Amino acid sequence: MRVDMAVRIEVIAVVNRFYFDHNATTPVSSEVLAEHIEALREVYGNASSIHHNGQRAKQALEEARRRVAAAIGAESREIVFLSGGTEAGNLAILGVVRASTKLRKHVITSVIEHPAVMNTCAQLEREGVEVTYLPVSPGGVVDPDSVRQTLREDTVLVTLMHANNETGTVQPVEAIGRITREAGIAFHSDGVQAFGKIPVGVNTLGVDLYTISGHKIYAPKGVGALYVRKGTKLVPLLFGGHHERDRRPGTENVPGAVALGCAAAVAVRDLEAESSRLDALRNRLERAILERVPHSGVNGGAVARVPNTTNIYFDGVQGEAMVIALDLAGFAVSTGSACSSGAVEPSHVLTALGLKKERARASLRFSLGRSNTAAQVDALAEAVVEAAGRLRSLSPAYAHHD
Amino acid sequence: MPTMTDSLVAVAMSGGVDSSTVAALLRKQGRQVIGLTMQLWNQRRLPELSSEGAHGRCCSLDDVYDARHVAQQLGIPYYVLNFEQRFEEQVVRPFIQEYLQGRTPVPCTLCNNFVKFDDFIDFAAGLGAERIATGHYARIAWNEETGRHELRRGADASKDQTYFLFGLTQRQLSRTLFPLGDLTKEEVRKLAAELEVPVAKKPDSQEICFVPNGDYAAFIDAYFEEQGIPANAASGEIVDTSGKVIGGHSGVHHFTVGQRRRLGIAAGEPLYVIETQPASQRVVVGRNQDLLRGELMARDVNWISIPGLTEAVRAAVKIRNKHIAAPATLLPTGDAKRTRVLFDEPQRAITPGQAAVFYQDDLVVGGGWIA
Repeated sequence: MRVDMAVRIEVIAVVNRFYFDHNATTPVSSEVLAEHIEALREVYGNASSIHHNGQRAKQALEEARRRVAAAIGAESREIVFLSGGTEAGNLAILGVVRASTKLRKHVITSVIEHPAVMNTCAQLEREGVEVTYLPVSPGGVVDPDSVRQTLREDTVLVTLMHANNETGTVQPVEAIGRITREAGIAFHSDGVQAFGKIPVGVNTLGVDLYTISGHKIYAPKGVGALYVRKGTKLVPLLFGGHHERDRRPGTENVPGAVALGCAAAVAVRDLEAESSRLDALRNRLERAILERVPHSGVNGGAVARVPNTTNIYFDGVQGEAMVIALDLAGFAVSTGSACSSGAVEPSHVLTALGLKKERARASLRFSLGRSNTAAQVDALAEAVVEAAGRLRSLSPAYAHHD
Repeated sequence: MPTMTDSLVAVAMSGGVDSSTVAALLRKQGRQVIGLTMQLWNQRRLPELSSEGAHGRCCSLDDVYDARHVAQQLGIPYYVLNFEQRFEEQVVRPFIQEYLQGRTPVPCTLCNNFVKFDDFIDFAAGLGAERIATGHYARIAWNEETGRHELRRGADASKDQTYFLFGLTQRQLSRTLFPLGDLTKEEVRKLAAELEVPVAKKPDSQEICFVPNGDYAAFIDAYFEEQGIPANAASGEIVDTSGKVIGGHSGVHHFTVGQRRRLGIAAGEPLYVIETQPASQRVVVGRNQDLLRGELMARDVNWISIPGLTEAVRAAVKIRNKHIAAPATLLPTGDAKRTRVLFDEPQRAITPGQAAVFYQDDLVVGGGWIA
């Protein structure tokens, strides 16, 4: 029961902070920052203006569009810049469904989507559209056959994420893309957690729409892109000028687009080296924790995952307490999802994987990124072992384990 | 008892002036402080109950905003904890159950006993905080002679909150600080202004936090509806003291002993609720003098200044928060958890479900629930 005070007091004043929450957001990398600042400083024209300043902005915008397109194997006119992943998901889903002239409309999605997709589908339901939420295997994977079996005459869209934000699980997008292509139904994939971590080619994947967010790939918040395959019928959500080929009005955020273009190019350039480095670090972290913390394990670990993410349960420990304890020790990690007050709600993704509520609450997500080193990973593992031990010593729920 | 002035303290911050001042005060004393806000109830859950009046109440987003603002100003780590599930289990459902049993519960005491001074203390300990601090107006002292932690009334008699704290155990008291116990509310506001606490002028909250408009019956009806329980399940008859039926009602939870309003019956003299009988769903009404009782039985008694009751003890007993403690004799029964309270003078509206708290001057001897 005795709490080690000496350690705790020190940690309040901790100066070194180690960041292991890259799936929440990433810092802006120095390469991206340099181009972004340059654009903020120099490229202030309105990209729709006729004059030189406007033309320069237009040029920067189109160069950024080409870079994003190249990064995912698309044509540049298929890229729509917008405010981020949430807007891209909304535009893809609402834009395609509202563009359909069918009388009855049906959409297929899964139970593990990000709120940007999940709540957009919920809105469609309120508007009279029928939505099927496909279940996932205990590993967290959607079965492509279940997509095939759920397709109907009135299905207008399939929307399934590429990689899950909480477990890192990679979905069989390619197999599902073959099915939707064959059926001639639009397919959107939320690639916010996949792009920059695994190779993405829109033609290989067979997607018609693909969502990218800037701040998950070391670009600033407030910029993202939606890939829209040419020929895909899409109506806009917002109304205004003729920007972005009438798909997204509003004066273009050129410095944001420049940053996204740079970040996308860097992500692809460094993908191979960085993903194998992160894979090794992630495995090192998992090994260290699982070896030293009894009654812990990886959620959704036995399937294909992006290399930077692991989700680990610590039976008998409140994830919320663990995140705070680790934060006080200088480590940023996450659990569940934050509600409006900042309090934690249990993860709908983990319960969809079949985890009991208690285990979902006892789970933490560690998501690695560029700044992390082996030494940081070792320090994190050490802090996790310490925090789990202390919290369990205070937990009546854990008493039955030993 | 060793005092660990350098140890970490977790302050339960509601966003109000009291707990904010506690954090500022401890910080000024050079202690290591973290601020924690318990998210207890989702105000959006029963939207029909919230109104303009719901803003600024406990657990609203505004309060979390205020608490966070104070913590940032003080430069202390701050977190919001999701305690909604345990609050519902430990406070809201028992609160409703009590009303349905014809009793009038004290949810703040349930919250203190089973959330704030229980789960919260454990949570804080998990973060390395040996002590918690709250903005309650009460005092805790260690008595060398008896070897017990004592609870005493706060210096500000009008703000004293010991009535809601009678359930605290020795372990809970040993881990708790009430830094405002020696201060009056006026002094706290002055101190808050001196310490430049951002919420120094924020008004006090009055009602039970999860029932911002104070209408408990409407809350219970709304909760029933949310849970899919038929609302008229608890309807019954109103009878007079001779058993004659004089009207009907839509649930015993609409009535509390001693209440005059909302009877909906015309009669020669004012009628009061004398008793509610949950088994038959009957509400008994009568004259004001029918409300007088000379004794009560307290159940689930918790002793604070003494380890237990072995003989008759004199005490002043408070039977509801606004009641002036009345002289009485505490008598042991065969059951250590039950105590008989004999008042010197009959008391009006002794209400089942309320707490009976035993005092000797400022000292809280113990207390229990009125059976």
